[in-house]
Amino acid sequence: RSSDLKHPAPKAKMVHWTAEEKAAIHSVWKQVDVEKDGQETLSRVLITYPWTQRYFSSFGDLSNAAAICNNPKVKAHGKKVLAALGGAAQHLDNIKSTLAHLSELHADTLHVDPENFKLLGQCLVIVLARKLGAAFTPEVHGAWEKFVAVSCAALSKHYN
Amino acid sequence: MVHLSADECKDVSAVFSKVNVDQLGGESLASLLIVYPWTRRHFKTFGNLSSTDAILHNAKVQAHGAKVLGAVRDALKHVANLGGHFAHLSDLHCQQLFVDPANFKLFAGIVSIRVGQTMRQAYTPHVQASFEKFLDAVTDALAKGYH
Repeated sequence: RSSDLKHPAPKAKMVHWTAEEKAAIHSVWKQVDVEKDGQETLSRVLITYPWTQRYFSSFGDLSNAAAICNNPKVKAHGKKVLAALGGAAQHLDNIKSTLAHLSELHADTLHVDPENFKLLGQCLVIVLARKLGAAFTPEVHGAWEKFVAVSCAALSKHYN
Repeated sequence: MVHLSADECKDVSAVFSKVNVDQLGGESLASLLIVYPWTRRHFKTFGNLSSTDAILHNAKVQAHGAKVLGAVRDALKHVANLGGHFAHLSDLHCQQLFVDPANFKLFAGIVSIRVGQTMRQAYTPHVQASFEKFLDAVTDALAKGYH
């Protein structure tokens, strides 16, 4: 009977992380200062890619690099963003559902072009590379690029 | 056309004076091949690229990376006419090497990260902004010959 030939429910496609990649992501994350590194990451986005300032018109003075680096709303928001990524780092096997609510928020309410997620990812990796120096080996770099790419994809999922 | 201010050019010049261009170029190309493995397809004649270790110790990768970043550094003197300056290299990448210009952006991103890793405190947000703007101008010029 056809019901006997029912196909099993398709497994959700999971990102495969090697043990080394997981170790690299976790060991770097241990050294992250969510407040300081979050502030620096978001500041760099707003300074290096000035068009992104359009999303933060309620943040007050973003008129030059010094204003951005000292802006308390940028600091608070940078911390929030990096904490959310930290959540994803703690749930590497489930990044999609960990970031699902944020994907909805950015798509449906904030209307953020998902290209911007990659810009933040680039700045985050630069902040980490500056912080870790030689410890940011190409293998560690590779693991973090993958983490950033998977997180960006998860954040973009809710967009049509 | 991207226009760099005198201050931005100074920032870029300062970056190149503070890094070892040969070493940074080699490391950046090696990182590109490690972080974005599909890019290895463009370097089939370079020998062993089968592992991170092999790539990091591959002399052709080091030499080619040095050549590429050297060309980027030299382009700063021609910042008013990058399109003209890179015309022949753009043709080469488009008509002979068939390199997707998206790869230029990937390489530029890696160079910025490696500069951050090398310069550390000195790679301030302001300097990053100037340097990435310059790299954007270079990658745009290289993509010019594509239809």
